[in-house]
Amino acid sequence: MIVGITVLLVFQLIGEVAAYFLGGFVPGPVIGMAMIAVVLTLTGGVKTLQPAHQQTLETSRSILANLGILFVPAGVGIIQHLDLIRDRGFALLAIVLLSTVITLTVTVWVFILVKRLTGCYADE
Amino acid sequence: MNSALWVYLATSPLLWLAGTLVVWLAATAIAGLRPGNPLLNPIMLTIAVIAMVLCLAGIDYKTYFEGAQFIHFLLGPATVALGIPLYEKLSLVKSNLVPMLAALIAGSLTAVGATVFFAHLLGFSSSVVASLAPKSTTAAVAMAISSGLNGDPALTAAVVVLTGICGAIIVTPMMNAMRIKDYSARGFAVGLASHGIGTARAYSVDPVAGLFSGIAMGLNAVLTSLIVHLFL
Repeated sequence: MIVGITVLLVFQLIGEVAAYFLGGFVPGPVIGMAMIAVVLTLTGGVKTLQPAHQQTLETSRSILANLGILFVPAGVGIIQHLDLIRDRGFALLAIVLLSTVITLTVTVWVFILVKRLTGCYADE
Repeated sequence: MNSALWVYLATSPLLWLAGTLVVWLAATAIAGLRPGNPLLNPIMLTIAVIAMVLCLAGIDYKTYFEGAQFIHFLLGPATVALGIPLYEKLSLVKSNLVPMLAALIAGSLTAVGATVFFAHLLGFSSSVVASLAPKSTTAAVAMAISSGLNGDPALTAAVVVLTGICGAIIVTPMMNAMRIKDYSARGFAVGLASHGIGTARAYSVDPVAGLFSGIAMGLNAVLTSLIVHLFL
């Protein structure tokens, strides 16, 4: 577990350094996510790295299985905006609900239609 | 209760860290009783219970966050961890590359465009509009975008979580109603619209949906920070 969490933190650190030099418009952890996938692919066949790989995979699985709790601290921040919610809560909720429904619909249908057009479904 | 003990505990990080974990475990147990019901969202339940306790006990957010920050910090490594399913299912990702990119561009423009349009329509100030615009991206990125646009990052964080919960609750009934069975498409849509909270939901429904949701969340964080200026 210590190996796994160390690997994740080191890749986040590398990602943050890269983000700094890229001017900050790509978030560090997102760069770290792409880099860890690339490095795992490149080193997948190296025997001596197998235990470290295994531990990284296990740690990541347990983090991803409990992803939801990580959003609780930010979400509780809603208590700082109780007056905005009291005055404009319904309007805010309407914006969030409408824009989310529209975004989900557009995204899923563009994905499916382009997949049909490019014939990707035939391969599966 | 011994009030000196309460004062001592309520201001220590331990109480709010342990409390968040206990409430979360209870909420996941309740959600697990009816796994098919998206309204029993454990994130929403946990936030509601903790927010109520804090308000009733008169504890401010800063005191709560002293303890909860240790959980909040793990958002970074968790995002990196999304690279592991990406590595494990790389060929599946490669075969969906073109639809992914098309859906990314369309979805990202729609997410920001629709939000800005409705917020203007309902007469919100330009500072609130800027705080809402990046709400489909993951919390840390949305807050950075919002402060760059003279928005209020604290408001953005709260709206980001609200958007995530909203998407996580409506995605399954919506996709079933539209008879969409392709879990790569369903996952991609919820990750783009509802970032990590959508991804948490997607993983609980289907591993392929979770994979594409995580990818969509990462890509949309990048694209939104590039296109948001087109709308403001």
